[in-house]
Amino acid sequence: MSAQSPANAVGQGVPRLEVREKVFGQAQYVDDMVRPRMLHGAVLGSPIPHGRIKSFDKSRALALPGVKAVIVGPELPAHHLGAFIKDETALAREKVRYIGDPVAAVAAVDLATARKALGLIDIEYEELPAVFDVDEAQKPGAPLLHENYEKYVKVYPAEFSGRNVLTISTVSEGNVDQAWAQCDVIVEGVYESPAQAHAYLETNGALAEFDAAGKVTVWSCTQSIFKMQAAISEALGLPMAKIRAIATRVGGGFGGKSEPGTQIIAVMLAQATGRPVKVILSRDEDFTMMRVRHPAKVRVKTGAKKDGTLVAREFDAVYDAGAYADESPGVVGFGVLMARGPYRVPHVKSVGRGVYTNKLRTGAFRGFGNPQTAFASEANLDDLAAKLGMDPLDLRLKNAMRPGDTWVGGQKVEACGLVECLEKLRKQSDWDKRRNSPAPAKPGKKRGIGVACLSHISGVLATSAIVRLLEDGSFSLNTGAVDIGQGSDTTLAQICAGSLRVPLERVNLVNPDTDASPYNWGTGASRVTYTVGRAVASASDSVAEQIKQRASIIFECAPADLELREGGMVGVKGVPGKVLPYGAVAGFSHFVVGGPIIGTTALMFDGPGFDPKRALLRGVPFSNLGAYVFGAQAVEIEIDEVTGKVEVIEAWSAHDVGKAINPQSVEGQIQGGVVQGIGYALTESVEWDGGRVVNPTFMDYKIPGALDVPYAIHPIIVEHPEASGPFGAKGVGEPGLIGVGPAIRNAIAHAVGVRLSVMPFSAERVWTAMRGAA
Amino acid sequence: MQVELNVNGEQASLMLDARQTLLDALRVQLGLTGTKLGCNQGVCGACTVLIDGKPARSCLVLAAGCGGRKIVTIEGIADGAKSSAVQQAFIETGAVQCGYCTPGMILTAEALLRKRKRPGLDEIREAMSGNLCRCSGYAKIIDAVKLASERVPA
Repeated sequence: MSAQSPANAVGQGVPRLEVREKVFGQAQYVDDMVRPRMLHGAVLGSPIPHGRIKSFDKSRALALPGVKAVIVGPELPAHHLGAFIKDETALAREKVRYIGDPVAAVAAVDLATARKALGLIDIEYEELPAVFDVDEAQKPGAPLLHENYEKYVKVYPAEFSGRNVLTISTVSEGNVDQAWAQCDVIVEGVYESPAQAHAYLETNGALAEFDAAGKVTVWSCTQSIFKMQAAISEALGLPMAKIRAIATRVGGGFGGKSEPGTQIIAVMLAQATGRPVKVILSRDEDFTMMRVRHPAKVRVKTGAKKDGTLVAREFDAVYDAGAYADESPGVVGFGVLMARGPYRVPHVKSVGRGVYTNKLRTGAFRGFGNPQTAFASEANLDDLAAKLGMDPLDLRLKNAMRPGDTWVGGQKVEACGLVECLEKLRKQSDWDKRRNSPAPAKPGKKRGIGVACLSHISGVLATSAIVRLLEDGSFSLNTGAVDIGQGSDTTLAQICAGSLRVPLERVNLVNPDTDASPYNWGTGASRVTYTVGRAVASASDSVAEQIKQRASIIFECAPADLELREGGMVGVKGVPGKVLPYGAVAGFSHFVVGGPIIGTTALMFDGPGFDPKRALLRGVPFSNLGAYVFGAQAVEIEIDEVTGKVEVIEAWSAHDVGKAINPQSVEGQIQGGVVQGIGYALTESVEWDGGRVVNPTFMDYKIPGALDVPYAIHPIIVEHPEASGPFGAKGVGEPGLIGVGPAIRNAIAHAVGVRLSVMPFSAERVWTAMRGAA
Repeated sequence: MQVELNVNGEQASLMLDARQTLLDALRVQLGLTGTKLGCNQGVCGACTVLIDGKPARSCLVLAAGCGGRKIVTIEGIADGAKSSAVQQAFIETGAVQCGYCTPGMILTAEALLRKRKRPGLDEIREAMSGNLCRCSGYAKIIDAVKLASERVPA
């Protein structure tokens, strides 16, 4: 990589590559697609939370004119799928486990007919006792959701108990039990966080079409075309070579489109009818059939010396996994790995359990278990600061990780800008003044400011990139990574353009397609800029070397005597006139010597792993995660003294991103994350009554609108280059959300002196707590 | 029933079901898929179009009732390949992420700026508050509307 990049490539907030199609209304999302003879599919969800399928009769549905196929779960072969534990089938086969559990599907000439036919499918159930609460579910005699749990295939060394506990993760370092004696102050609390819905504006959908050779093409909104290809293969027993997955534009994902939505059902219906079938979920179907963030109940205990030096942290969490494992083992494992937070704490013990209940499955959602962990840990830390009589920002600063410190398990962290994040946050928010002598609140309101730190990862798993020099000196960049709206296409193209010193317009980004793209595990874990970016930079560097090698034949010199020059030229060092445009080198390569210039890189995240001599790690699906990222967030709030309503009036969010490849996109990720965090903290909670989701609409499930959040959300970008990252960059996709909940909670404590332990902080909850404190 | 619709300045004669929404007629019959279905309940604003210059939720409007009214969708905002001031501002400020709310946001902003030349920040927030966005956090969308308003000749 060259140190100097073209002005419009790395480090510039250039507009998105695809932005014109989006503002012109031309972007194609899956529901915008139409294929000749296309049918419309619809999905029937279980009407009961737990039951055995006794019999079914689809004759009435099939008799409806326009209906072309009806598939009911028991008709399917027993192919199991699941990211970590193979506990699901494409449709429920023997049992249904939550209200909304897909049990049958219909294809018809139009959507209205398909939906009407759903009501004509007769399924007889033997209803079983259901369990909705994680504590109840673990008791002896509680209804078991998965009687054959032990026989399921698991892709990691799972630890579990027989009572609906599907995964137990343990991480420990030092000796917590002995450490309490060294502490002057100990604070313990239990903190509960809600089920948050992804609420992407575009619901899940897919379109599947078979060709005459039996190969199916599946267009969908997904975070990973490769996971979809594998999941369809696993669920239906089709060879992967017969499955082509393509990403359309994606209307937001946030983790909710990491695992299958309606792709498998669309393929089944297309197979049954021999026609293309599109299956788009309605808003309430998406709310009741798909997945949400894990509700969690976390007990945290932290001990410190009188001067605020942290000594020990104990963390014990129970996560509601819902009816199927989905990504729960990963979420639980990651949640406990984040329990120490970005602080120097020598003694840590952290345990998490994921528990089946008869509710919607819970899965990946921006933060992946970390928002629950951060809420509990950062609220607990604030309570500790209060008990110590210390400023909460000072307490964090005192214990913050510094470069060269280790993560739990011994991984050395060289790039860590947490102290700078905290210092900039203090300065830009005018923390000391707002904390100690705040400006008066509006009449009838109380004002407060709170802080929280966060750490996260950026990385994980396998990825690859292909960069090819075209005859005219431009490049095609192909990674298979799906841009779900966060802007990764542009960022990756900037990395390629920056590495090869060409203007951004000279890079063509290939749309993700399993028939054409190299492997990419997926868009998630804040990994695309960092992990895919590494592959792009490396493949680009390989292309640069090949360009020099070919040019050296033309110039009759050594490749080491050549350099890339701005604008896409290769020239002899020190001789300004001796220069060739890339196009000339490409022509020479394509038609004279050497063949086309193609750079490829395939990599698996290879950073340091967990040291088993130093710490204990059990039942965690991964021990080698990625580059660690750090941040600090502050919010100022006002509380209405009469209603208890909390309003965030200003927010600051400082993040060490290594290097902002596209600062405008980085700011967008931070501001969007903060607002999703405000929703999580104040209004968002999926609620159940007897196993039924009672708020499956935007009318009843409140995501923030423009008036519910401040305009003044200040992103603060800190750049401590990560040596392994492209141009020093690491990820920022998830962090913006993580510390917002606890920062608001801590601001409420500052404003009115109540220390809340249950999110969201609804007006009712705050008002009740204020009354109790008065 | 047969209904004459005027969409983006063009007349179209459509055979409609009485229960059909304007959103459905635009997307399915006219192929104008830039208008999005988000909630089908009039809450999210992704389906916003202009009817006689005013923003409306096309998922709540019956198409059959739109005869004789002027409908503008996202496809009718630009002057050929030349983006409108609002579109251009959305491009420059980074107001677009996944893009699903964008058409509705742009139409709401167009309606605001046709009514008010120089709206203040709070006026913009108020006007945009009926359109939900899950990606951006709104700040850059508000910046875009503000920038567009500053470029509209007074």
